[in-house]
Amino acid sequence: MKGSDVKIERVSKAFGDFKALKDVSMEIKKGEFFSLLGPSGCGKTTLLRIIAGFETPNDGAVTLDGTDVLPLPPNMRHTNTVFQNYALFPHLSVYENVAFPLRIKKAKGSIIRERVGDYLKLVELEAHARKKPSQLSGGQKQRVAIARALINEPSVLLLDEPLSALDAKLRQHMLIELDRIHDKIGITFIYVTHDQQEALSVSDRIAVMNQGDVLQIGTPHEIYESPASDFVARFIGETNLFEGKVLAVEKFNGAPAGADVSMAELEIPELGRIKVTTVDEIRPGQSVAFSVRPEKIVITTDKPATKRRDINLIEGIVDEPIYSGFQTKFYVRLSEQAVFKVIKQHAVYSDEGPDIVWKDSVYLSWSADDGYIVSVKES
Amino acid sequence: MKESPPKSARGRPNYGTRYAGPTALWFTLFFATPLVIIVLYSFLKKGLYGGVQPIWSLDAYRSLANPTFAAVALKTLATSVIATAITIALALPCGYFMARSRNQTFLLLLVIIPFWTNFLIRVYAWMAILGNNGFLNEVLHRLGFVKEYVQFLYNQEAVVLVLVYMYLPYAILPLFSTIDKFDFSLLEAARDLGATKLQSMTKVLIPNIKSGVFTAVLFTFIPIFGAYAVPLLVGGKDSYMLGNVIADQLTKTRNWPLASAISMMITVVTTAGVMVMMNLQKRDAQRLAEEKLSTGDAGGGEQ
Repeated sequence: MKGSDVKIERVSKAFGDFKALKDVSMEIKKGEFFSLLGPSGCGKTTLLRIIAGFETPNDGAVTLDGTDVLPLPPNMRHTNTVFQNYALFPHLSVYENVAFPLRIKKAKGSIIRERVGDYLKLVELEAHARKKPSQLSGGQKQRVAIARALINEPSVLLLDEPLSALDAKLRQHMLIELDRIHDKIGITFIYVTHDQQEALSVSDRIAVMNQGDVLQIGTPHEIYESPASDFVARFIGETNLFEGKVLAVEKFNGAPAGADVSMAELEIPELGRIKVTTVDEIRPGQSVAFSVRPEKIVITTDKPATKRRDINLIEGIVDEPIYSGFQTKFYVRLSEQAVFKVIKQHAVYSDEGPDIVWKDSVYLSWSADDGYIVSVKES
Repeated sequence: MKESPPKSARGRPNYGTRYAGPTALWFTLFFATPLVIIVLYSFLKKGLYGGVQPIWSLDAYRSLANPTFAAVALKTLATSVIATAITIALALPCGYFMARSRNQTFLLLLVIIPFWTNFLIRVYAWMAILGNNGFLNEVLHRLGFVKEYVQFLYNQEAVVLVLVYMYLPYAILPLFSTIDKFDFSLLEAARDLGATKLQSMTKVLIPNIKSGVFTAVLFTFIPIFGAYAVPLLVGGKDSYMLGNVIADQLTKTRNWPLASAISMMITVVTTAGVMVMMNLQKRDAQRLAEEKLSTGDAGGGEQ
């Protein structure tokens, strides 16, 4: 396996009074596509710059395959960076930009020609070798930056919001491209982004950060389906987040054999009594934060005919339907204060029934299994 | 990229000439006319007690072939090249740190402050510092480093030192303004890609601030090449520069055509220098433009 594992142990960094990183630890495995995800100012770029060698932490350790890299200057580390603004050398052609690391190493002319050719091919830019960066489109510049960062065969590639300057369509395309390159060369990728869609779609694992803390590390599925905190639930995807009290807890019979799942009944002021399954240990009387994703909710104008005990049903009035082609998002008003988000996918063959429009009275239903207890507040 | 010359846009009257009028008049009166006079004088016969006789002659240019003048000319060139090189070498780090500093305004002020004092007064200040009874000797003597006074003044080194001091701000300012526009993340990229600190400067910073270096070289080399007061005041007999020879020819030997011919020489050398450098720049720009035109054609690996 190529690539290095990267270990970050209790790293802290402050800029004056501002604490950019507070005692951050994580282990990134060899060859992993690992994302640092969080809003701007959460410390993700600072952490990346510490790994690259542009910043020195006030405290903590960073090791690559067990070797402490903190004493090394950036040019001595086996990491290379794709910068947010690409940072291509404007005075050099595409070819010379990619050749730069080899020229610094004083590689032989024949080796340079071969390797630069290979990497320009990898990013599909052979035809643009002689152009200057100013003659390239954003996506092409991005590819040059990637080829240039890879030509030294680093064991870790650091990507600092590499797609943020591209438009939505190109971003999708480049994301697939990055995934392809990662699969092909197999080194460790550490990808910094504030865009949860990007992180979810390409990462093997994601670290969600906020205000210098790591809130959760997990696979995209874990992060999305079982967020570890209110912040993660809100930041990743859309959610309906409410607080309530546990009324009763019983063993859930619908769970796969062996799984220790319990079914809880919650009293949530805005929703009424809600059933939810959970693997957490909870006791009646505790306060909890409850979340359910908008796309897990079925919205109907007629009352759904089901006798299942684990289906939650609430009523509301459509406040605002937002149609976006493949789906419609409804803001459903439950009461003066409470609004519920529902996303309805437009499938091809399903009988969608009558259109749901503004001011319609609707029923919202979801399975207890699709709700999620985000956190338990000690009572 | 240089802007194209202003053109009258779609039939609208072009007021350009009218606006440029006063400047044109000023330059004709005080720049072009004296230059023409010098050109004319250099081709005339010298008058007995200064001035010229209205007789065409190439005498002045023949005397230029005189080995003494050739020696002074070479010496002047050498002094100018050395002083310019030192000035740029000092101005580059200055401009760099000013551009990266948070106190840019304050530092700019420091660079500009010397201009508040008259040029000659600053030369005399250096004489007060370097003189045999000057400040520097006093300090060295008091500290016990020297017994006798050290001769700092009236030699080639003193001339270079004071010239560098005089023209340093002229080099710092254009370098600062170019480096200020430089994208410093490129240096991080260079370091990331394996370059040492020095390599990131020579291979990324310098090539991207070429225009600033070019301006700085012009702003220092041209005035230094025509220097007169500095070598006169702090130099010895051996540090005479062309400017001093011209003055001597005008005031002492009273050979005005020869003084004019030497002036012409300075003008020609500096103009030639400027044109060579401008051509290099233009070729750079042209190459870029051609590369722009030939976009899309199969590139392949080029060296």
